[in-house]
Amino acid sequence: MVEINLPKNSVVGEGKKWPAPQGSNLKEFRVYRWNPDDGKNPHVDTYSVDLDKCGPMVLDAIIKIKDEIDPSLTFRRSCREGICGSCAMNIDGTNTLACTKAIEDVKGPVKIYPLPHMEVVKDLVPDLTNFYAQHRSIEPWLQTKTPEPEREWLQSHDDREKIDGLYECILCACCSTSCPSYWWNGDRYLGPAILLQAYRWLIDSRDEATGERLDNLEDPFRLYRCHTIMNCAKACPKGLNPAKAITKIKKMLAERKV
Amino acid sequence: MSTTPQNKVQRPLSPHLQIYKPMLTMTMSIVHRITGIILFFATLLLTWWLIAAAAGPEYFVYVEGLLTSIIGRLFLFGATWALLHHAVGGLKHLLWDTGRGFDLKFIEVLAKGSLITSIVLTFIVWAIAYGVR
Repeated sequence: MVEINLPKNSVVGEGKKWPAPQGSNLKEFRVYRWNPDDGKNPHVDTYSVDLDKCGPMVLDAIIKIKDEIDPSLTFRRSCREGICGSCAMNIDGTNTLACTKAIEDVKGPVKIYPLPHMEVVKDLVPDLTNFYAQHRSIEPWLQTKTPEPEREWLQSHDDREKIDGLYECILCACCSTSCPSYWWNGDRYLGPAILLQAYRWLIDSRDEATGERLDNLEDPFRLYRCHTIMNCAKACPKGLNPAKAITKIKKMLAERKV
Repeated sequence: MSTTPQNKVQRPLSPHLQIYKPMLTMTMSIVHRITGIILFFATLLLTWWLIAAAAGPEYFVYVEGLLTSIIGRLFLFGATWALLHHAVGGLKHLLWDTGRGFDLKFIEVLAKGSLITSIVLTFIVWAIAYGVR
């Protein structure tokens, strides 16, 4: 359901302004904080970072804040090069990866929140349990009926090209948590990331469970909550287009009927 | 982190609409919904007008008077725009349903284009209406 206001325990207050370091090239970072152990509401802390002594990306800055100002700041990160998807968060109003978002692209203070409309575990760490369970539900692995070949399953160059723009998805959840439909119906709607993954298996020439996969998706909520709002495609840090993939699934379902 | 029911902390919901950057494409999606709701009421109004016509000349004159008052005309002007905007938006969705028009630059063109087209068409319809009156 559409809920415009946040629940009482989730309303964000103003937090601490941490002392600024020496330096001439200071940039403010306004970061969402929530500690499960202090019983308080979430709040936004303000940190200042000297950009002359910091790497170029938002992730560099929050690692520097954790190292030098506030070791309690909690976030996920791993590869620092846009391939693991761990550091997905809302920066400057849109979902993206902190490691590939340049600080200089943000005008004014850099506002950082966890991925939107998710349960917060701590600070910038959202609970992705439901997201992963939904991914499991589309059975994201190759399914075949014909006897296995001696060596690998072969694919023509043309068939291989069909999964371009799909296989690159790193499941960072930027798109799904940018989608208002997913905000209101995330318990039943699979969301853009999972549907793009579903399409990736639907058009894989080697997969032989296309019919069953389509049966599983033919549902007013699992698939048809997509209203082409397009936030997903605009958010994707890998430049993919989940909305287009979802439309292709709808088309496959329509074509199967005629 | 403790997960026993007695001391499980109620986790907050992260902010969503409050912090997401407003974008024309998302706004147009919301406007499509709102114009759809307006059309529901506009259809009721149309039905009322038809019932008034069936009810007899006196009641029809009364309803006609309300609808052609300044407030009535403003509402009808808005309803005209809602109808045209929803129709243009429908064409946009028809294009998307064919699997085309998903390019990130083109969706901005579609968003702006549908807004401008619906406003221009509304003025044309009203210019014609006043012209033939």
